Amino acid sequence: MPTPSRYWREIPQRYRLEAAKCKGCGVVAFPPRQVCPDCKGRTFETVTLADAGKILTYTIIRVPPHPFADQAPYAVGIVELDDGVRLTGQIVDCSFEDLKIGQRVKIEFRKVYQEGEAGVIYYGYKFVPA
Amino acid sequence: MREVAIIGVGMNKWGELWEKSLRQVFTEAALLALDDAGVDKIDSMIVGCMSSGLFIGQEHLSSLLADYTGLAPVPAARVESACASGGLALRTGWIEVASGLSDVVLVGGVEKMTDVNGNEATFALGTAADQEYECYHGITFPGLYALMARAHMEKYGTTREQLAMVAVKNHANGSLNPLAQYPFKVSVEAVLSSVMVADPLRILDCSPITDGAAALVLCPVELARKLKKPVVKIIASGMATDSIALSSRKEITWIESTYLAAKKAYAMAGKKPEDINLVEVHDCFTIAEICVIEALGLVEKGKGGQAVESGLTALQGKIPVNTSGGLKAKGHPVGATGVAQAIEITKQLRGDAGPRQVKGARVGMTQNMGGSGGSSIVHIFERG
Repeated sequence: MPTPSRYWREIPQRYRLEAAKCKGCGVVAFPPRQVCPDCKGRTFETVTLADAGKILTYTIIRVPPHPFADQAPYAVGIVELDDGVRLTGQIVDCSFEDLKIGQRVKIEFRKVYQEGEAGVIYYGYKFVPA
Repeated sequence: MREVAIIGVGMNKWGELWEKSLRQVFTEAALLALDDAGVDKIDSMIVGCMSSGLFIGQEHLSSLLADYTGLAPVPAARVESACASGGLALRTGWIEVASGLSDVVLVGGVEKMTDVNGNEATFALGTAADQEYECYHGITFPGLYALMARAHMEKYGTTREQLAMVAVKNHANGSLNPLAQYPFKVSVEAVLSSVMVADPLRILDCSPITDGAAALVLCPVELARKLKKPVVKIIASGMATDSIALSSRKEITWIESTYLAAKKAYAMAGKKPEDINLVEVHDCFTIAEICVIEALGLVEKGKGGQAVESGLTALQGKIPVNTSGGLKAKGHPVGATGVAQAIEITKQLRGDAGPRQVKGARVGMTQNMGGSGGSSIVHIFERG
């Protein structure tokens, strides 16, 4: 089991959607990086991600990894947010049959999974139909 | 740089080898390769393995395997690039011989995947994806390729049946390969009615969990001629990396690392896609083969599904792809796969491929890929 530091160091991204905007070319990197993937600049400002976007592609996970065993089947998609950033995450509060590429979704803060009955509860962002 | 030849190949029967340990599986393949090459002494050894630490709790494979193959105290290194670890081992061995640092190098790949249960194996394979920003949200490898498949279907009109045809073709080839894990044919109907894993991919779209190893002996072409061995030359090695998170790439349906690795390899070999007689590609999932043949320039972007349907990539087609059965039928012991691809091409170029021989094959290519395309390694081979 990892130490808590592995979890809390990601909290700014997972709870508050903090990203790094390159001061050179304006590209938004999420998670934040030290080198801009586009212009290779090294200076950034902290920005908050857009809170809505559209589904680029999605799948329904029927055979889950262990921590998600009690959640399957569940939908996971790649969403392009309105600021151009792409995120992988679960799409919830939807019926699988109604999901479509191009569909609008918004980000909500949700429980992602938990370590057994008494372990850490992991939180983060999920997508819900807008 | 010196020209490099493959003078020995060794591979054992792949499958769920419950009675054999990693060191046994590897040593069998290594000894077959050394015997095939007719050498009993090597200068160095490179082993590709993705995750022996998670699969069997064992690291330090370089020395363990040098010891058990009877080759210690030769220098040895273990290299890792997820499912492309075998291709990276070949590239590393090639660099060592081409540079003049070593003359005879044993290149091997191995993975022992059935010492853990299915959940743990899924977790171990998942470490090839971004742990904090992909796996954290419950995605799996079939899931990542399913995301690519759905996007490819939407963008290019690739059909569910065309995906199935990749599995049908590769199992047909694999039925002619006695070393394959699943040497039998499957039908389109069987693929389409198999259990759903991650929509739209079903279990028969997925390569299996496999125990297995593969090994090669490399030396300078000059030395190979002196030893009077059938010479298969490695005329190019190209590699490229990319973001390991699928969502960070510019195009979900395009494998840029494969495109760039192939571009380098074609330039190094002085060859074009139309000069290649056959190819072994990384069909970890049916959609992967479709995306990869596009990125290799064998077919136009978006036409991979149609190519499979038209028979272009069949054993008797214009450009046979995965004559060995591919990862789909031959099996996918992740660290061994890239080495086994080179074995198939070597056998084909020697004219030793039996019932799946591609007539008159002179130039072959391999493409080995890590994760969902975070790394790609392409080699081109020519009969000497």
